[in-house]
Amino acid sequence: MQGLTQATLEFVNQYWAPLVCGLAIVAVLPLIVGYVVLVERKLMADMQARLGPMRVGPHGLLQPIADAVKLLIKEDIIPDDADKLVFWLAPVLSVGAALLAMAGLAIGPAFQIAKDINIGILFVVGVSALGIFGIVLGGWASNSHYSLMGALRSSAQLVSYETAAGMALVCGLLFAGTLNMTSIVQAQHEQGMWFGLLAPVAFFVYLVASIAETNRAPFDLPEAESELVAGYMTEFSGFRWSLYFLAEYTNMIVVASVATTLFLGGWLRPFPRTHWLDFIDFLPPLLLVAIGVYCLMRTPKQPARVQQLFMLAVAGLCFTVAVVLAAPVLLRTPFVNPLLASAAKPFYEGIHGGFWFIFKVSAYLYFFMWLRFTIPRYRFDQLMRLGWHFLIPLSIINVLLIGIAMIAGSYLHLEGGWLLLATIPASIIALIVALFILAMEQKSERQQAGGAAPDPYA
Amino acid sequence: MPGAYLPVLIYAALVMAFPAVTLILAKLIRPDSTSYGAKLKPYECGIAPEGHARGRYSVRFYIIAMLFVVFDVETMFLIPWAILYRGWVMAHLGLFALVSMFVFLGILLIGYVWLYKKGALEWA
Repeated sequence: MQGLTQATLEFVNQYWAPLVCGLAIVAVLPLIVGYVVLVERKLMADMQARLGPMRVGPHGLLQPIADAVKLLIKEDIIPDDADKLVFWLAPVLSVGAALLAMAGLAIGPAFQIAKDINIGILFVVGVSALGIFGIVLGGWASNSHYSLMGALRSSAQLVSYETAAGMALVCGLLFAGTLNMTSIVQAQHEQGMWFGLLAPVAFFVYLVASIAETNRAPFDLPEAESELVAGYMTEFSGFRWSLYFLAEYTNMIVVASVATTLFLGGWLRPFPRTHWLDFIDFLPPLLLVAIGVYCLMRTPKQPARVQQLFMLAVAGLCFTVAVVLAAPVLLRTPFVNPLLASAAKPFYEGIHGGFWFIFKVSAYLYFFMWLRFTIPRYRFDQLMRLGWHFLIPLSIINVLLIGIAMIAGSYLHLEGGWLLLATIPASIIALIVALFILAMEQKSERQQAGGAAPDPYA
Repeated sequence: MPGAYLPVLIYAALVMAFPAVTLILAKLIRPDSTSYGAKLKPYECGIAPEGHARGRYSVRFYIIAMLFVVFDVETMFLIPWAILYRGWVMAHLGLFALVSMFVFLGILLIGYVWLYKKGALEWA
């Protein structure tokens, strides 16, 4: 009996961190996704000169919770001809794969579920790719033409862009020399350079491919509402539908995190090795203080009592987060006892690492949304052509060019930032190749159109 | 090091519990469905659905799937090579490593060009 208690204690002692992180992710992520959706709707409203959701709570802040309750109590419809078991299983599979992929992400040096996995990035990419089974099975099980077409399109699109995304990841891994997420960020720290700057073309390819893989506009063909109603989600309602939705947004966060880790320096702040730029550590708390002061100044001008309270609450939140962010930085200043400073180091890394990681992921997601509101949807043949004719050859050639640039760098003894001298010419050549491919594409398109000049009204 | 995957296993159990718990919760909360008839038919813009959905579909999807296998296996071969490449470059063996990988990729590129000429990569 005592041995059993001992074993349990040991188990808890060893695995409390992954358990707590996992519980935190599973419990908080649906809420985060709800608010990402709210931010997206607000952004869309702002770009289209509207107000967006305003009714539920101050400035629509409680909208995600209202949506969640609505989805929970909604009638659940399973079509008569549907394959009941697969219909039940498909959204679970989709959301399971998306959430499981979060296990490999390193959100700051301390916050990672599977710390010692040596195939980190491969695990994340592989598991998140399993989500396609949920989509295909869901589309097939619904027994609706729209669903099946949406599912087929989605799988075709995903497999087409998977290759280009994989090649782009290979370009980053050439510099990193490891698959472990933590080691990838450490490699960027040691070399003093984000891999996105060393391989900008690979970053661009990954950016485009990740938009296509998450079925986001302008590549949201599987759910193109003007042609396919809602694609593979057409027959799903209530909470099943929201599981698909959760999977989609979790996948967005996962691809953004992979791009952040490999190309944008993970949890490192900009220029982590340049010590005269250490004041960047003070910028996030100062910025939050500025926002809080602005809110306080605006408070008396609000017409209603509720709005005044809301502004005060926002200001208070800003000040609290600023204090949390500032405390470890202040402990790092030279006036503080070095013993205390070394004790504060893990806190500094945990809090500021998490801040920069989430900041970069948010910037990436903002870019996704910005694209969605700006660019019209592609046609399906255009989408496939972009993937197979442009991104795949470009990424293969980019691997070759970066390999050559690294050899040149080693012969010229270029280290750290000086490696840019070798990689920038490589990137320029890759850009020329890209323009060449585009010109060839345009020429073949014109030939297909019967040699006639392109009709601007076609 | 299979021990490193134990946290993943625990987390996977948590993840699988999430949709199960929420689906059961939703079932307990929501009113029972009283729908019948046309409401339980697949949606087809308001008219009765025509035929069975699980029929034949375009052969292009099969072609894309086959091409994917080829190119994704190629990426799988590239990843271990990419991990080791940095060390080879440091040891001034980079040129050998690059050439040997691109002999393999060159064969694949010939296949790619053939597919391009045949129009297998065209959708329309």
